[in-house]
Amino acid sequence: MATTTAAEPTRRDFIHIATAAAGGVGALALAWPLIDQMNPSASVLALSSVEFDLAPVQEGQQVTVMWRGKPVFVRHRTPKEIAEARAVPVASLPDPLARNLNLPESAQATDQDRATKPEWLILIGICTHLGCIPLNNQGDFGGYLCPCHGSQYDTAGRIRRGPAPENLAVPPYAFLSPTRIKIG
Amino acid sequence: MAGHSTYVPKTGFTRWLDARLPILRFANDTMTTFPTPRNLNFWYSFGGILTFMLGIQIVTGIVLAMHYVPSADKAFDSVESIMRDVNYGWLLRYMHSNGASFFFLAVYLHIFRGLYYGSYKAPREILWIIGVLIYVLMIATAFLGYTLPWGQMSFWAATVITNLFSSIDQILPHAGTAITEWLWGGFAVGDPTLNRFFSLHYLLPFVIAGLVVLHIWALHVPGNNNPLGIDVKGPQDTVPFHPYYTAKDLFYLLLFVILYAVVVFYLPNALVEPDNYVPANPLVTPPEIVPEWYLLPFYAMLRSIPQKLIGVIVLFGALITLVFVPWLDTSRVRSMRFRPLAKQFFWALVVDCVLLGYLGAHRPDAVFPGTSIPMLPFARLGTAYYYAYFWLVLPLLGLIETPKPLPATIATSVTGTGVEQVNAPAE
Amino acid sequence: MRFARLALALGMMLGAGAAHAKIDTDPLPPKKPGWSFDGPFGMYDRAALQRGFQVYKEVCSACHSLNRVSFAAMSSGDGGHGFFTGPEVKAIAAGYKIPAGPNDKGETTDANGTPLTRPGIVADHFPPPFPNEQAARTANNGALPPDLSVITKARAGGADYVYSILTGFHEKPPAGFTVLPGKYFNPYFNGWNISMPPPLSPNQVTYADKTNATVDQMAHDVVTFLSWAAEPTLEDRHRIGFGVMLFLLAFAGLAYLSYRRIWADIH
Repeated sequence: MATTTAAEPTRRDFIHIATAAAGGVGALALAWPLIDQMNPSASVLALSSVEFDLAPVQEGQQVTVMWRGKPVFVRHRTPKEIAEARAVPVASLPDPLARNLNLPESAQATDQDRATKPEWLILIGICTHLGCIPLNNQGDFGGYLCPCHGSQYDTAGRIRRGPAPENLAVPPYAFLSPTRIKIG
Repeated sequence: MAGHSTYVPKTGFTRWLDARLPILRFANDTMTTFPTPRNLNFWYSFGGILTFMLGIQIVTGIVLAMHYVPSADKAFDSVESIMRDVNYGWLLRYMHSNGASFFFLAVYLHIFRGLYYGSYKAPREILWIIGVLIYVLMIATAFLGYTLPWGQMSFWAATVITNLFSSIDQILPHAGTAITEWLWGGFAVGDPTLNRFFSLHYLLPFVIAGLVVLHIWALHVPGNNNPLGIDVKGPQDTVPFHPYYTAKDLFYLLLFVILYAVVVFYLPNALVEPDNYVPANPLVTPPEIVPEWYLLPFYAMLRSIPQKLIGVIVLFGALITLVFVPWLDTSRVRSMRFRPLAKQFFWALVVDCVLLGYLGAHRPDAVFPGTSIPMLPFARLGTAYYYAYFWLVLPLLGLIETPKPLPATIATSVTGTGVEQVNAPAE
Repeated sequence: MRFARLALALGMMLGAGAAHAKIDTDPLPPKKPGWSFDGPFGMYDRAALQRGFQVYKEVCSACHSLNRVSFAAMSSGDGGHGFFTGPEVKAIAAGYKIPAGPNDKGETTDANGTPLTRPGIVADHFPPPFPNEQAARTANNGALPPDLSVITKARAGGADYVYSILTGFHEKPPAGFTVLPGKYFNPYFNGWNISMPPPLSPNQVTYADKTNATVDQMAHDVVTFLSWAAEPTLEDRHRIGFGVMLFLLAFAGLAYLSYRRIWADIH
């Protein structure tokens, strides 16, 4: 007959723990597709590198390339701009690090480490302050001026004055041929 | 809720919380100690299964909506991009599209369970009517969702179903056309239709979720019915919901999920018409327009009637009929275990609905394969029986049928000792 | 409905003599050659996919688009499950001309009035053979060659059906059946009159792996490729599905034991 039947079933024995654990594992396994679907999709990843032909870019000219939804500045520097950038002692820079994704993190912000081929300066065109896009050939250092809060960069894209904490980042890139680069 | 609360807060925090928001008391009383008849069988596990499926549909639907584009130009491509490019997109989409089928499979078993054990009878009429409302909203949601991939079946199903409303023209000239154009946002199914269907497809599941809360509330006032259809007489008839029914429901839920997983992983397109992988083309109607399997019985009813307006009335009447079932059944005995005649009519209804489903997949002028027997008379007979079961059989049978003797209590029936011969139910 | 018509067609074929006035032109049931991707453990045959791609490229793509398939999907590099290496896919993509946007001067055509194109990159999709539906119909005697991206899912019978169409042209029409002008006889096609000319002939392509290019072989290869194009995630589905089934069975077993133990003193 039915008497109170609470003691035995509520005892936590191995089977119940294993069942609950399996439920937890199943819930976690189901959660992963729900989370992973928000990561960049295959069609976005297929665009994760772009190739760019440098030949049409004249000396003194700058072209903006879209890479992963961000503007990348490809600047063909004049000898004067290169000389100006090389003349600056690294110790005097607000940010002494190269911020070059092709080099180790500790690389110094020399012009050589900002632009491996001196005439080609490749930068992610996003101000390191709050994400605006700096204007070309403006400001006191011949480089860039951010219109949002007045950060000024030199001809190697290094921060010289203003609130931005870091130099403009150099994206990963490689020369496929003397006139063709792959960004990303 | 039924009975007194047995919740006793144990810690300082839970006592503090209980005085301000007794949410733990509520959870304890409704999901843990809730006294549940001890004789519920397999057929009573579909409430839990349906809650699980509603959750699956809402969760997978929300993430699919992050990638879906509700535009006539891009809808089909965006679904294909979900299938190809989005991480696990194929899994989420197949779970969602087949989830609808399994949601309906579960709801049909749940409804027939209710019909068999008389779960709609007093004092559970409101519980039943809320259930019918949930079912109607499920049909609407599924129909809206079926249009979203914007394949040929999507487009023409949307066209055919919205055109049902134009039959109102036969009573109120122009009103039906006006309503149809209002539904479409144009003069045919198009971009505005797809956009509003997407919006409503996203909204309705949350309305369903709200109704489910009311459904469970209405269940917890009188408590569960049970296969014997007799009332709970005391504590010896019940067990606490947890762990008894949580464990039992979990096991049956997993059996159901295994079946669901087999379809999702190995037969994901078995329930889909190939035509829905052809992008919508407003200039070409596929040779055969059929709804998803779970709506086929209603489609058979619609197509068996040659007159447009009457066909539509018969279609919607079949759903509206369900609302009146608690009062159409005049028997004083709930469970058909004790109703030898009604049981036979019930199984005939099950067969009838399956037959209507089969006929609904065929043109009205079709014949049974390998024979020259036309299907149309069977579709009409099936429709007639569906109505007759609810409007004639249930009311009359309660008056003329002699039920078998009922056991005195659930406990005596379960333990098999001393079944008392009681002819009338306890109330 | 489909089965009813098939059964009826079979019955007519078995029972009906040639003397009957009206010929039932319901399609024959598709052949079942068997596929590497059949069954719960089915996977795509990589060599067949490469050959099938070659057949699509050299034969089908003259008329049929493959709009929803990207070159990148064919890559096995970067964790992809395709059937060409990353550099191979890059070279394949570069061989296609993709409609390009306006150039720096705002021109959309070159000096001859030809629309501008650029070499494809892996992120591109297969470019269509015709710029629009009207052009496709004009070039094909009024018929529109369907896009093949999901063709094996968009036809009843799936891969078997597409294979049967491709290999069904050699059948002779029965006496009394008229092949319409500009159409071709194919008993696997609904109505038996198909607008597509027989696309495959022996040795039409030269396979790099020296496989003998019979019509059967090419049809089987290209249908494998088209099945992949329609469902590139099938292999993931089968792999993950197997793990999920094992897990669910184990979980259900545990849940059953747990349930029996809890209810042990009730029954």
